[in-house]
Amino acid sequence: MTSPLQQKIKIAGPSIVTANRTWDGIVVYRTGSKGWSAELADAAIVRNSDEAKALLAEAVADDVGAIGPYIAPVQLGDDGKIEPGNLREQIRKAGVTIELPAQG
Amino acid sequence: MYAYDEIDRTLVNERVSEFRDQVQRRLSGELTEDEFKMLRLQNGVYLQLHAYMFRVAIPYGTLASNQLRALAHVARKYDRGYGHFTTRQNIQFNWIKLSDLPDALADLAEVGIHAMQTSGNNMRNVTSDQWAGVAPGEIEDPRIWSELIRQHTTLHPEFSFLPRKFKIAITASDHDRAAIKVHDIGLRLIKNEKGETGFEVLVGGGLGRTPFIGKTIKHFVHGRDLLSYIEAILRVYNQYGRRDNIYKARIKILVHELGIEKFSREVEEEWQQIRYSSLQIDDEVIEDIRSRFIYPAYEKLPHMPDELRQAAADPDFEAWRKNSVAAHKNPGYSIVTISLKPIGAPPGDATAEQMDALADLADKYSFGELRVGHEQNLALPHVAKRDLPALWKALDKLGLATPNVNLITDIIACPGLDYCSLANARSIPIAQELTRRFANHELANLIGRLHINISGCINACGHHHVGHIGILGVEKNGEEVYQITIGGRADESAALGNLIGPGVKFDEVADVVEDIVEAYLALRERPEELFVDTVKRLGVEPFKERVYATR
Repeated sequence: MTSPLQQKIKIAGPSIVTANRTWDGIVVYRTGSKGWSAELADAAIVRNSDEAKALLAEAVADDVGAIGPYIAPVQLGDDGKIEPGNLREQIRKAGVTIELPAQG
Repeated sequence: MYAYDEIDRTLVNERVSEFRDQVQRRLSGELTEDEFKMLRLQNGVYLQLHAYMFRVAIPYGTLASNQLRALAHVARKYDRGYGHFTTRQNIQFNWIKLSDLPDALADLAEVGIHAMQTSGNNMRNVTSDQWAGVAPGEIEDPRIWSELIRQHTTLHPEFSFLPRKFKIAITASDHDRAAIKVHDIGLRLIKNEKGETGFEVLVGGGLGRTPFIGKTIKHFVHGRDLLSYIEAILRVYNQYGRRDNIYKARIKILVHELGIEKFSREVEEEWQQIRYSSLQIDDEVIEDIRSRFIYPAYEKLPHMPDELRQAAADPDFEAWRKNSVAAHKNPGYSIVTISLKPIGAPPGDATAEQMDALADLADKYSFGELRVGHEQNLALPHVAKRDLPALWKALDKLGLATPNVNLITDIIACPGLDYCSLANARSIPIAQELTRRFANHELANLIGRLHINISGCINACGHHHVGHIGILGVEKNGEEVYQITIGGRADESAALGNLIGPGVKFDEVADVVEDIVEAYLALRERPEELFVDTVKRLGVEPFKERVYATR
C-alpha cells in the first residue's frame, strides 16, 4: 500500500490531520505541539499543501501514538471554532448517528 | 454441538498467547503498524471509524449457550454492552481497545471461541445453513463437512496468503439458506445414483464491486475427494489470481476472465495430480467428526400438543408462530428463528443482557444450543412444540419476539458509515426508517416475503445485489445517495437485482421503497405471488415508472 506521504497532497481549504489512537483506537487529532488530542478544537489547522504535508509527516512518524493518519477538511466558524468538513468526519467527531442498543 | 478436542483447545490457547505478545510489542513500539496490521487482521481486529472492531467466528453458525454467555461477557466487559451479528455467521464488537483484546480473546478461548478465519486474505469462516442438522429432508448435516474444511484450512500455510479473502458456504437442503451461489466456492450436498454422498461444486460467485452468480464447475465430487478438489481450485487460484490489483483479486474475476471451461480444465488437471494423495479422506476421519457432533436426546412428543392448540387462539402468538417457527426433522419439535430486527433498531444487534437471557432460554428450551443465520437473526434449533407458547412469552419480554422473520422489516444491513471506515453512506438509519414505515404487522403480512438488503458501499457487506429490494449507499458531491435495485435473490434461484433508475437522497429512500411496494401490491396477480416473482414476471419498468413519475 502506498504510504500517505507518497500520495499527492492537495487541499482545497482549511484542513487537519486525524488518526486513531493506537492503544484504544479512539479518534484523535494532531495538535500544533507535536501531540494528539481527542478534541477537534485542539487540532492544528493547515491551509496549504506544504503545511499539510509537514503535519502529516510528523503524524506518520508517531506510529506508536496513533495509526492511519490522514488529512481531513474542516470548516472554520467566524469565532474560529473548528467543525468537521464532511459527514464522515462529523460522525467520527460526534459518534454514530443512531441510538446505541445498550442505551435504548 | 461439536465437541472440540485437545488439539483444538491447544491451538486456540497458543494463538491467544501469541497475539498477546504481538499486541505487547505493538504497544511498546517494537512493531510498527505496517508490521502489525496483518497480525491483527489474522486475529479478527480491524480499525473502524471510532475504534478497533473485533470480529469473532461462529463456525457454521452453531453456538452453545455458554459460548453466547462468553460473547455477552466480552460485550459487557470490553465493549459497550452489545454485539452485532453479521451476514457471515460472525459477531462484531465495535468499541474494543487494542490493549484489551488479548484478554477478550483469552476469555473467549475458555469456551472454544476464537477469531481465526474472520479477516485477512485467507480462507474465511466456513458458513452453512443455520438449520443444519435439524431441517427436514436434508441430505445430511452439512456441518460435518464444514468442520472438515475448517480443520484442514485453519492456519494452513498454502491458504494463509491468498490473492484475496476466500469464502465457502455449504447447504444440504433443497432450499438454500446459506447463499452458496454468491460465495467463492458454494457446495451443495447431494447423493449420486449409487446413493453416495458428494457435492455439486460451484465456483466464482460473489458480490462486492463486481457481482457474479457462482457457476457449477463439477456436478458431483465424492465426499472423500472434497478436500483435494477444493485444494485444486485454490491452487489454480493461488497461481493465477491477480495480486497486483485488489479489485480484480477475487476468484470470481479469474473464473470470469478465464471462462468456466478453461478454469475447470485447469482445476481438473491439478486435481488429478493430488486426488489420490493424503488429501483423500478416510471414512474414519468423517466418522470421527460425525461422532463429535452431539445431537439432543429428543423425546417422542406429539405433533400438536395441547399447549400449542390453546395458544393458537391468541392472534399475537399466531402472528409470531407463522413467521418464526419452522418444521423440524423431528415432528414433536420446531426450529424457532429469533428476530434481531425489532422495529426501529439496528439490524443484527443484541445487547449483553439479551444474549445472556437467550443463553438461558437455549438451556431451558433448546438443549443449550443456538444458531446464527446470514440474515442476521438467531435461531433455537430444538424447541419442543409444547414449549412454544412459553418461549414466545419469554422472548416477548426481552423484545425479541417481533413477528417479522422474512417480512419487509427483516432487513439485512451492513454497519455503514456509522461505524465502517470503508463506507460512503449510512445503512442503519435507512433500515430503521424502513422498519418504522412498515411497522404495521398487518401491512407487512399483506406484502408477504420481501427481503431488503442495504450496503453502505460497493463492498456489499449488506448483500444488496441479492436483495429483493437492494439499497446501495454511495457518496456524490459530498452527499449520501442511494441506488436501488429490485429482483435480486440469494437462494437456490440466486439472481442479481436490476437498477431501477437514478440514485435518490437519504430522505427519499423510504418513500421510494413505499412506492415500489405499492406498485407491487397493485401489480401482483394474486396475494401468493411474491414481490420477487412479480418483478421477474414484469421486469423493472412498471416499478421504475411508479417511482420516477413524480420525481
